Amino acid sequence: MPEAAREHILGRLRRATPRPAAPEPDVSVMARKVHAPDERYPRLRRLMEAVRAEFLETTAADWPGAVAAFAEAEGFRALAYGPGTEAGARLAAAWPARGPRLVAFDRPIEECKRELFEEIDGGFTTTLGGIAETGGLILWPSPQEPRLLSLVPPVHLALLDTTRIHDSFWHAMRAERWAERMPPNALLVSGPSKTADIEQTLAYGVHGPKRLVVVAVRGRD
Amino acid sequence: MAKRAAAFADPVEWRDLRALGAAIRARSLTRLPELLEQLEERCRENGIAVHWAETADEANAAVLAILELHGAKRVVKGKSMVSEEMHLNDYLERHGIESLESDLGEYIIQLDGETPSHIIMPAIHKNRGQIARLFGQKIRDAEYTEDVDALTAIARRVLRRKFFEAEAGVSGVNFAVAETGTLCLVENEGNGRMSTHVPPVHIALMGIEKVVERLEDVPPLYSLLTRSATAQPITTYFNMITGPRSAGEKDGPREVHLVILDNGRSRTFADRELSATLRCIRCGACMNHCPVYTRVGGHAYEAVYPGPIGKLVTPQSEGVGRRHDLLEASSLCGACGEVCPVGIPIPELIVRLRAEAVGEGSGSEVRGAGEGRHALEAAAWKMWSAVHRSPGLYRAATLAASRLGRWMPGSLPVLSAWTKVRTTPRPARRTLHELADEKGIPDA
Amino acid sequence: MPGLKKSRRYDPPIVTGVPASGGRRKPKAVYFFGTCLVDLFYPGAGLSAIQLLQREGVRVVFPRGQTCCGQPAFNSGYREEARSVAAAQIRLFSGTLPVVVPSGSCAGMIRRHYRELFAGDPLEAEAEDFASRVVELTQFLCGVLDVPLVDRGERIRVAWHGSCHALREAGVEDEPLRLLAQLSNVEVAPLSRERECCGFGGTFAVRHPEISAAMVEDKAEAVSATGADVVLSGDAGCLLNIGGRLEAKGATVRTAHVAEFLWERTRER
Repeated sequence: MPEAAREHILGRLRRATPRPAAPEPDVSVMARKVHAPDERYPRLRRLMEAVRAEFLETTAADWPGAVAAFAEAEGFRALAYGPGTEAGARLAAAWPARGPRLVAFDRPIEECKRELFEEIDGGFTTTLGGIAETGGLILWPSPQEPRLLSLVPPVHLALLDTTRIHDSFWHAMRAERWAERMPPNALLVSGPSKTADIEQTLAYGVHGPKRLVVVAVRGRD
Repeated sequence: MAKRAAAFADPVEWRDLRALGAAIRARSLTRLPELLEQLEERCRENGIAVHWAETADEANAAVLAILELHGAKRVVKGKSMVSEEMHLNDYLERHGIESLESDLGEYIIQLDGETPSHIIMPAIHKNRGQIARLFGQKIRDAEYTEDVDALTAIARRVLRRKFFEAEAGVSGVNFAVAETGTLCLVENEGNGRMSTHVPPVHIALMGIEKVVERLEDVPPLYSLLTRSATAQPITTYFNMITGPRSAGEKDGPREVHLVILDNGRSRTFADRELSATLRCIRCGACMNHCPVYTRVGGHAYEAVYPGPIGKLVTPQSEGVGRRHDLLEASSLCGACGEVCPVGIPIPELIVRLRAEAVGEGSGSEVRGAGEGRHALEAAAWKMWSAVHRSPGLYRAATLAASRLGRWMPGSLPVLSAWTKVRTTPRPARRTLHELADEKGIPDA
Repeated sequence: MPGLKKSRRYDPPIVTGVPASGGRRKPKAVYFFGTCLVDLFYPGAGLSAIQLLQREGVRVVFPRGQTCCGQPAFNSGYREEARSVAAAQIRLFSGTLPVVVPSGSCAGMIRRHYRELFAGDPLEAEAEDFASRVVELTQFLCGVLDVPLVDRGERIRVAWHGSCHALREAGVEDEPLRLLAQLSNVEVAPLSRERECCGFGGTFAVRHPEISAAMVEDKAEAVSATGADVVLSGDAGCLLNIGGRLEAKGATVRTAHVAEFLWERTRER
């Protein structure tokens, strides 16, 4: 009986010889992994490019146009996005009438699953920021920006504000107090999907996106 | 091995990070029951259903019940060593449910009807020719190719269809955060996210020891894991799941279930020394550096968990007498303990379990204690002890060995294993005791 | 010198006659614990070690009642048997003298495992005291005595095999190499797979002979590849193992215990 299992397990654990209280771990090794503000973006870019992420550098004013041009140049049939975000609204406003379609992911997946899997060539998302220590983007899916945008389409375009790069994963979660506000899904992404399961040889584009394109908005960094 | 060394090039950082990892894991273990309760409470608040299972059978039954409730016949799976412990795939197949491995390595061996030989790289024992033939035989419309990218593309195509159609997704859990009720999953391929976000039901499986106290505990452990396992600073994805699809969300599973499995871990927990086994974050560094594992491969262990950590886990769960073979297959070189990112003293624990096997442990609850004791061997050690604690007997024995040993045939039972590849060891003409007497070295 | 790196001086926390911080006062006398394998198979090395110590003006006491540290039984799980033998050594090496041991494996056993072996035992305090006085030979020669070595031999090329127990249990890192570095006519060739186990592991070699054979073969190959005239180690078990394999293959490279080698190279003719 499941209830019995819970009591048995917890009971055995509680009956075990009590251990002395463990000391508070020393986190200085994490705290000292800091980077100069003007070093963060170059470092992030270098580390992510090493795992085949691509970078599209642009400005706050130009990024919607850059994204549209990219989709056009790549011959996308359609790019999916989350319309309820500020960035989404800007993208839609700037989207050219001709060329690839801009598709809003504003319905439950059950109603658009086939389309997402088979007809969408790219997914566009914002990011919460980046991580300098290891490279990587912070994605924070929401009702306005669904999870699968950054997973199902073969190309993922991620908007990064280069002034919002944290020293490390550890710094990011503390600075932004994630523990108080975890959404149902949050994640770090560092590049296109990959595997080394065949003869330990790296191959890119497995089950996740084949390409990760970071739309890097250079600000005052 | 060289790549991992490069990943931890700074010895000070390695020392400090490892100390931190060990401290976090040790601390979580000291509070294990409270943290599990806290995890359960937070998960429930977030909408994750929690199920407890003492045994693999109970865990299988729990998974089946959830699937049957939803009429799910097609399941996709991310990599989970706990599911291997459960033999989940076989169990589901017997109940008419397809359980497809989606991690490329796991997919390959499942296709070939095998089990993983390594906890991180399950198909490490296969070469591309074998995989090419396998795909050519077993996958419809797959052309024969040995090109790694092409093989990967075939797998992508096949599995993409499966993700689309799956009615449930099963995954493991790398870290479960009690503070927030968050399940963390580490991966490079994207199959984990596919399995946990596309199907309407997600079932996560974890051992009781996977819980950590705080969200902040995760980054150091994650860093130790990726660098120890595959020498990467970070994986492609680090997925944090804190609930099912919430109000307003357009995607994500409607239901998320967490199955918490004991399967003998609480017994290990009860022993203060052996509980260090539970710190393991399943990185695989120990086996990558083991001179035995790297020569015999994972399947030789005939266990779910191979390598050095397997030598601790398997005997404790199956019995130290039954699996004495694993405990003895170690020269105690210590390479594993040296690289373990959470400081598990593996060689010391192997020696401890050897003592338990012959019934000379600390009278604890270790499964099968004493069942590895054999009368002949025990008698031999008693005799050895009698000789070596008596200076007189020892002197006589060594004298005899040095005078007669030169004529000892190398074909004697114990020696023949040695002399197969080495010359017979020849005792010196006079022992050091004799030389000391000769030279007048002072006695105590 | 290949493989040599700047390292900390060995500072044993409690070794009578040598304060932990600064000051290099030599101990006036030491115990010598030969170990059972040296006793039976490499007594010359044991004697060489004693002579190396005596040459530095240290009085060496060799308690005749000594036998074995108990490691073979301990590693096999036979703790009671190991304990009774260990107890005899603890009582024998009583007092305050440092205990010099020509084996990283045995030194490591005593230093690291006697405490747990005697936890809760009446001899617990003595066991800890004894363990704290044990020093591996090269650590003692290098870190405590700081012996000067003058090479009196012909040019020779050697390979160094640091046993994994010496390395990981007794913490012997580069002391042997630093000693060898003083010998001007000795070239230390780098050994590939340097830190890998030779496959001895005590009873492991006979319980799992195929794996052990594979390991010793790889080690022997690596040794032969160095072109060295002799391979040195501070551990008799490794020497028996590697030497036995090399001999069986008909290799010309000899094996020698580092103590014997150091003595032979530096003694007055």
